[in-house]
Amino acid sequence: MSSAVVRGLRVVGRLTVDGVWRLGAASRFMSIVLLRSATTFRRFRLLIDEVYFAGALSLIIIIVSGLFVGLVLGLQGYETLKRYGSAEAVGTLVALSLVRELGPVVTALLFASRAGSAITAEIGIMKSTEQLSAMEMMAVDPYARVVAPMFWGGFISMPLLAAIFSAMGIFGGYLITVVVIGVDGGAFWSQMQSNVDFWDDIFNGVIKSIVFGFAVTAIAVFEGYDAPPTAEGVSHAVTRTVVTSALAVLALDFVLTAFMFTGV
Amino acid sequence: MERTTIDLWVGIFVTAGLIGLLVLALKVGNASSVRVSDGYTITAQFDNIGGLKVRAPVKSAGVVVGRVERIGFDNESLRAKVTMRIDNRYEFPKDSSVSILTYGLLGDQFIGIDGGGDVELLRDGDTVMLTQSAIVLEKVIGQFLYGRPPEGGSGN
Amino acid sequence: MSARMPAQHDKLKGKVQAHQLVEFDGVDFSYGANSVLRNLSIDFPRGKLVAIMGGSGSGKTTLLRLIGGQIRAQKGSVRFDGEEVSSMSHARLYAARRRMGMLFQFGALFTDLSVFENVAFPIREHLRLPEAMVRDLVLMKLHAVGLRGAHELKPAELSGGMARRVALARAIALDPQLIMYDEPFAGLDPISMAVIANLIRRLNSALGATSIVVTHDVAESFKIVDYVCFLSRGQIVAQGTPEQMRTSNEPYVRQFVEGHMDGPVRFHYPAASYDADLGLGG
Repeated sequence: MSSAVVRGLRVVGRLTVDGVWRLGAASRFMSIVLLRSATTFRRFRLLIDEVYFAGALSLIIIIVSGLFVGLVLGLQGYETLKRYGSAEAVGTLVALSLVRELGPVVTALLFASRAGSAITAEIGIMKSTEQLSAMEMMAVDPYARVVAPMFWGGFISMPLLAAIFSAMGIFGGYLITVVVIGVDGGAFWSQMQSNVDFWDDIFNGVIKSIVFGFAVTAIAVFEGYDAPPTAEGVSHAVTRTVVTSALAVLALDFVLTAFMFTGV
Repeated sequence: MERTTIDLWVGIFVTAGLIGLLVLALKVGNASSVRVSDGYTITAQFDNIGGLKVRAPVKSAGVVVGRVERIGFDNESLRAKVTMRIDNRYEFPKDSSVSILTYGLLGDQFIGIDGGGDVELLRDGDTVMLTQSAIVLEKVIGQFLYGRPPEGGSGN
Repeated sequence: MSARMPAQHDKLKGKVQAHQLVEFDGVDFSYGANSVLRNLSIDFPRGKLVAIMGGSGSGKTTLLRLIGGQIRAQKGSVRFDGEEVSSMSHARLYAARRRMGMLFQFGALFTDLSVFENVAFPIREHLRLPEAMVRDLVLMKLHAVGLRGAHELKPAELSGGMARRVALARAIALDPQLIMYDEPFAGLDPISMAVIANLIRRLNSALGATSIVVTHDVAESFKIVDYVCFLSRGQIVAQGTPEQMRTSNEPYVRQFVEGHMDGPVRFHYPAASYDADLGLGG
């Protein structure tokens, strides 16, 4: 009995030590990446390519998902609100849910599985096929040439994707409630406008998407660079990117929401 | 992939993102309506502000004319002191009255300004004398149930 | 090669002499508890083609990575052109690497770039040249390895031998002083092997570079190299010209050159007695 407890505690201890160690390694890695980012902005071409890779290629999935989330929110919101006779408030409901929570969070989750996993796989494969080593031996710093542009490309793309997602979602909500169901369009927009605050809701939502963008891309580049140089190692790293990003995004969302939307 | 194709897609993506942000800011949020930063401030004291919050709207005749900027407590009068920033475009007579109102029965609270008849106008830093506190639902119900007058007076 | 004068530690003198391009002096290196190199001392003279031979896991690749500064020796010193590699700053190290070229085991070509862009990569990164000049340089390098006609292909469309030749063209793009080859013959058919071997010899002479070939292929490497070093369990067990090695009586060299199954390198992994393991007698 007591030996089971001891063993359990040992597992907890080992997991804690491992976790702290990995966090330290990741922080060290990220500070190197940030310190060697100058090249990324001096050579704009590199950044453009990565914005294409992380952002433009995620455009379709973000637009389609945003639209559908908006349609569902509009439908569900309308069904509930009409019982209380305030179907016009559906605009407010859709807009607030999207800009405060669903926009940044769902975009970050989709971004992690679309772009984050691609970033991890790309860096992991370059590492396992010695492309990064070869670059180093050609006196080209892989942090500056490969990792930093990927990081910044993802970091820049994420808030833009979240904005597109929210806008598409609101459009979806408008489509289903106003165009299909027939809620008054004027009331839909005016209620939304009077209840959604630029600073409290939209600006905070953008801040959230920036924080999530940092977290997801940082996790993705770190997992890729840290992956064991084998096919199996890379595939595990991709899985870890998606899982860790999802957990990090949800945990960060809780913390940020607690700071932003509570209190006076 | 062709260089120019990549450029085109990145261009589409970034433009779409910026348009998205702009739509959110202007169409969904009301960044365009009231810029609270420039404007004049007035203060008013209330017996009870209920659930009024900072950044709550200040309305007159249903139009948003400003925002609540600060809520404090005055140690001498033992009353709540509310500072409001009013948009420069709107002007109110000195004897206007302010009251704390509620959206519907259970909604958020906001401040309403009713214009008076004075020829002089409220200026930056002025204090509004005529105020009406928030209706506190529990008190209203209490009054209704026990037939008690609202404040301090003798019951029988 | 391993015997040296204490005077060589004199930095000034080392600079003036400097006919050894790369010098290892009492180098220890281990991955965790797994010791790879033990008190290794070896010099690579300028302009020569030296082969490092040894079985798998004998620390050959580690040697190259130490020269390139990708890992650092735990003890002893590794000098490139008279300068200690492990104490170089980031900038100095990158400057030193511009004078090195390395051919990786499987080429390590950038899979998303064409053959042309792969060879152009180091040129574009380091030199600000007009596009026409980049093109000429790249085509010259590709011509040297016989693949000028393949410059539009992607790495995925190349055979193993061709990929390695492209990687070789990329490694020599900046005309390095030192070219390192990590298992250049591994996994190639005899023709490709002969092509690569000849290229290594020719490039060494043409560029006046120093070459280090890490390999376990006796037949090909003995044909082209000036010196051979046999490495076993992190130490040098024999060295000399290919001729000397062929007639060497050193048991490890004999086993390696002639390919015996059992010898100084045991066939059986260390284990308890066979009978005891099977529970017989005892």
